[in-house]
Amino acid sequence: MGGVTEQPDPPRFASVDDVRDRLSAAGYLPSDAIATTVFLADRLGKPLLVEGPAGVGKTELAKAVAAASGARLVRLQCYEGVDEARALYEWNHAKQLLRITAERTGGSDDGSGSAGGGDWDALRDNIFSEEFLLPRPLLTAIRSEEPVVLLVDELDKADVEIEGLLLEVLSDYAVTVPELGTITARHRPFVVLTSNATRELSEALRRRCLFLHIDYPSAELEQRIVSLRAPGLDAALTESVVRLVGRLRELRLRKAPSVAETVDWAHTLIALGAEDLTADVVRDNLGVLLKHQDDIARAVVALDLTSPGLT
Amino acid sequence: MTAALDTRLVAFARALRGHGVVAGTSEVVDAGLVMQAIGLEDRERLREGLAAALMRRAGQRPVFDEVFDVWFPAAVGLRTAVEGDPDADTDAPDTVNNPRNRQLADTRPVRQLTIARNSDATEVRAIAQALRDELAQALADNDIRALDALAARVVETLGRLPNEASTGSWSGQQALDALAPQTAIAAALARIQDGALDVPGGSGDGSGGSGGAGAGTAGPPSGSRFVDRFTRDELRSQVTAFRRRVETETRRRNAEARGAERISRYAVRPPAEDQPFLLSGRTDVDELRRTIAPLARKLATRMAARRKRASRGSIDIRRTLRSSMSTGGVPMRPAYAHRRPARPDIVVLADLSSSVAGFSRFTILLVQALAAQFRRVRIFGFVNVVDELTDAVVSAAPGTDLSTAFDDTARLTRWHRNSDYGAALHDFAAHHLDAVGHRTTVLILGDARTNGTDPAYDVLREIVDRARHVVWLNPEPASAWGSGDSVAHRYAEIVDMRECRNISQLRQFVTRTMPVR
Repeated sequence: MGGVTEQPDPPRFASVDDVRDRLSAAGYLPSDAIATTVFLADRLGKPLLVEGPAGVGKTELAKAVAAASGARLVRLQCYEGVDEARALYEWNHAKQLLRITAERTGGSDDGSGSAGGGDWDALRDNIFSEEFLLPRPLLTAIRSEEPVVLLVDELDKADVEIEGLLLEVLSDYAVTVPELGTITARHRPFVVLTSNATRELSEALRRRCLFLHIDYPSAELEQRIVSLRAPGLDAALTESVVRLVGRLRELRLRKAPSVAETVDWAHTLIALGAEDLTADVVRDNLGVLLKHQDDIARAVVALDLTSPGLT
Repeated sequence: MTAALDTRLVAFARALRGHGVVAGTSEVVDAGLVMQAIGLEDRERLREGLAAALMRRAGQRPVFDEVFDVWFPAAVGLRTAVEGDPDADTDAPDTVNNPRNRQLADTRPVRQLTIARNSDATEVRAIAQALRDELAQALADNDIRALDALAARVVETLGRLPNEASTGSWSGQQALDALAPQTAIAAALARIQDGALDVPGGSGDGSGGSGGAGAGTAGPPSGSRFVDRFTRDELRSQVTAFRRRVETETRRRNAEARGAERISRYAVRPPAEDQPFLLSGRTDVDELRRTIAPLARKLATRMAARRKRASRGSIDIRRTLRSSMSTGGVPMRPAYAHRRPARPDIVVLADLSSSVAGFSRFTILLVQALAAQFRRVRIFGFVNVVDELTDAVVSAAPGTDLSTAFDDTARLTRWHRNSDYGAALHDFAAHHLDAVGHRTTVLILGDARTNGTDPAYDVLREIVDRARHVVWLNPEPASAWGSGDSVAHRYAEIVDMRECRNISQLRQFVTRTMPVR
């Protein structure tokens, strides 16, 4: 690893336990796998590629790392058709045009007649200066004076070209703007890439990253997450909720309930003032956990929730 | 880091490569850095760290875990401590390389419960019964560490093969057969219910004392009663996990006796996606089906991208001038004319004879999932007569089990039940050739084994001439094409024939090479 900055940044975390404690303090309860991998990503200075089902907290992880290490979060949300101008930088054309127009009118006021030659060189240098540069997330992260966490969210939604761009940026943490020269990162950003695996990411990109697959948490961890996020729910009920969700995940559903939905469900129960998890409560609120009608129908059968009121 | 550890890491990476986890040199270097950064104190953290450095996709995890357990075992010899004890397994990877330590382990006193070589069946049964009781208790307590320790003891006492003197090997299967861990579920349930009675807030009357059958069906439903209906399922998955623990433990003991390299080559299960379609049993089909949805999504993304790109082409002058108004008449952003690329048709012609039926069925299920991506999908099945299956497949609700829909092959056979490609092609050309047009992609699925009948190359050529693309997916390895009664090599001269033996090749085809225009 060649030194990107003059002196390498001190590591953000001292140990795996330190990661776990500080992420927990930031409101994110990491599994051992997550804590270990975050620690390594920091130590080895490599980007972290996070995959996993929707709603297990991939994006939350990046936010928590930012909060725990006191860094600014810079987020690049990928979507189909995101391009260099949206990801890296863009020239502010409208402002440049205004500048040129202002120059021209100013010149004619002087009555000198021609605004040619040397003026143009000065003008060109002027309109391709920092003032007219619109930094996008990647450049923002590189130029930042303070430590940053760069989150490239849902990279699989973007086109393949963006991967090439990222490869370049992530290998040197430097960006070349032809008119301005190369801009090198002052601090090596902590980079988190997330993917829902709708598209295979290229091997080249995968090779440069540490890979972390976040799965649904263990029952014990999920209970702690729920009691952290929905503190109003009493312990026995929390346990019941987590067991119910765990059972639902074992059914073959189109969309298994994720952690986010478990927490929503816990909030629902608090709002309803439910004391116990009963078949009626579950049946009436299954829509919070399951998003497809046929999933709900299947769960009703599998959990034996049928009642005369429901067909 | 010691040289022995380096060697072990490199050998570990090589074993992974043997199982399709391609770990390059840079990954191995990373893995070395990982070892340095987190040390060897915590085996689970080491596992996660190495996984982060060496793995590239989630599907590789089961293979990785099995190989890891062989190369970085939890202990040496008979386990005296459970994983997770602070000082039990700190230097495990090192001790493996140290012959003195190994000897030490071997001379440890063997526990009294070990089956003597000449022990009779009743004694084995008594030991198994004792272990089963312990298992039931551990399951009832949901005590992971007790389960782990128990797995080690089960292998130690029940898994030793009779001819251990010569080979020193262990059999997880034998141990599990003797123990029959699934029989402990009922006992564990009973224990949990007994325990629930003691809890003051339990509020259940415990009427159905014999099992979980009565739980949650009668009486006023209370919180604990409702979730109690999951208990049996939870115990069942705990038992499955316990079986895996026993298998892991067996691999560890065998690796010690025979060398990690050998065991990691033969005893690690290949991932589902590398299992050949032709060998897949019924149980595997479930697992295979689960991979369909992501494939369909991937193809959808690919096609959407293609369609989007197709809309960049000639400049639409009128719209460009319109949009230049905001920049003072300077056309800064050209507007492109929209092209509306047609969604292609797809025609599937699948051999449904028994030899390749598993493969064809699976691929048809995939096509069903893809139906939304194509303008029109038509599916034809044949053994030696062609019949259209489109209605049966497409009208079925997603998620329903379709595999039985094709079981009735009576419509597809005439006179005999062997596949006849020539007759099927003739039949298709005679009755359904209008399904193939200039926008049609034809997928032919089959092994091209004609059973000695006329292969009808000309008819296939006719189909190729009419269609936009014809792709033949063959579930046999390319090396077997043309052997015996296979005419795959001759068909391959006419159509684009591809080897498609397992899920990873199918995925490769769908995400990279399937012609979608």
